[in-house]
Amino acid sequence: MPVTSFTRRICFGKLIATAVLAGLLSACAKPPPGHPPEEAYDPYEKTNRSIHEFNKSIDRGLVRPVGVTYSEFLPDDIETPLARLAGNLSIPTDIVNNVLQLDMVSASQNLYRFTVNSTVGLLGLFDPATDFGMPARSDTNFGATLHTWGVREGAYLELPFVGPSNQRDTAGFFVDLAINPLNYLFNEPWNYLSTVAVGADAIARRGRFADTIDSILYESADSYAQSKTLYIQRRRFELDGGSISGFDDPYDQFAAPVPLDDEVE
Amino acid sequence: MLGASAAAGLSLAGPAHSMTEARAKALVNQVVTEINRVIASGKSLNAMIRDFERIFSRYADVPIIAQSALGQDARRATPAQLRAFTQAFQGYIARKYGRRFRDFIGGQVEVTGVRPVRSYHEVRSRVTLRGSAPFDVRFHVSSRSGRDLFFDMLIEGVSLRLSERTEIGAMLDQNGGDINGLIATVSRAG
Repeated sequence: MPVTSFTRRICFGKLIATAVLAGLLSACAKPPPGHPPEEAYDPYEKTNRSIHEFNKSIDRGLVRPVGVTYSEFLPDDIETPLARLAGNLSIPTDIVNNVLQLDMVSASQNLYRFTVNSTVGLLGLFDPATDFGMPARSDTNFGATLHTWGVREGAYLELPFVGPSNQRDTAGFFVDLAINPLNYLFNEPWNYLSTVAVGADAIARRGRFADTIDSILYESADSYAQSKTLYIQRRRFELDGGSISGFDDPYDQFAAPVPLDDEVE
Repeated sequence: MLGASAAAGLSLAGPAHSMTEARAKALVNQVVTEINRVIASGKSLNAMIRDFERIFSRYADVPIIAQSALGQDARRATPAQLRAFTQAFQGYIARKYGRRFRDFIGGQVEVTGVRPVRSYHEVRSRVTLRGSAPFDVRFHVSSRSGRDLFFDMLIEGVSLRLSERTEIGAMLDQNGGDINGLIATVSRAG
């Protein structure tokens, strides 16, 4: 690989990362005082809702049919290795973030897993690391790194094609694309392999979890509001392991609930 | 099952309030055992949903979950509306979550821990379904109704109570804020 193009790409990646970071982090909005902590701060609701409708039309017309067909007709013998490949090729980005989070234990565990699965496991199509009893992948991203650095989540955002996010995770999303070491270690077209694998796996997941995703997008009373609350609950759980700071105690709010059973029975 | 919570509502004081970790765990184990029995019964989906509603009304504090889902609007509802809403909400939850029972066939639930949180206890469990990685399910258990009951269930951090507050809020909006209209919508939904 020519060294010049390698350095040039790194410089380009850094440039994007810095620009996006500076732009978004300075803008990570702070909710006004009195905003209920368990709810998302959503000052851009109007724009978000129109992007949500756009995403739903893409889902109905393209992603859902392709994903469902893919998941139904592709035998598990092929679907599972593809999902494993996508997971394995994401590990280098995890490792960069593990290090940035000063989580050296996860970084070394991820490195061992990636080394074993990329060689013995043929790029990750197979998962000998798990068979050898190695620790599970520590799945993280730059949004989580920003969280450990003390950046708040900011305003809720729904991104075109990507879906629910917030300002912090949006910055993280672009930075992760830019810092993926595999993008720099290989020449075209192989440097796109991990991005393509992750994208294909996202479509396959749409098919695999069709019932759950359909119930949110097409059966709930307000699919925008429902996907928003599910996203922020799930994301906060991933980041803080379920500390209960965001939860109210309903018994403090409603001192004397009306019992369901009464004289009528 | 119906008389029990009414009776418990009268005995507000007393030892029922001193919830212990052991009792919180025992409640969740009981719920898990009963749900596993329903899943293993091989009954029709509708029969399973009826059984699930019975379990839900017996071991969950349905009135507080329903009020919590209504949020601030619970304050302007009449007692009769609240009762009707709570009844409709119970059936809605049973239909909505009971429909997913098939996903749990052959699954395993293991209670892994309990910790006190504010005035209640959080019981943690690990659920392993066929062909998927184990996930985290937590129950929030309280005795403040007068009995040991759970008032929330969190799957990978997603709270039933919070998610339903969003859903019920959206249904109320669809009804232009009319609580009787909401009750009718909830009775059909799920």
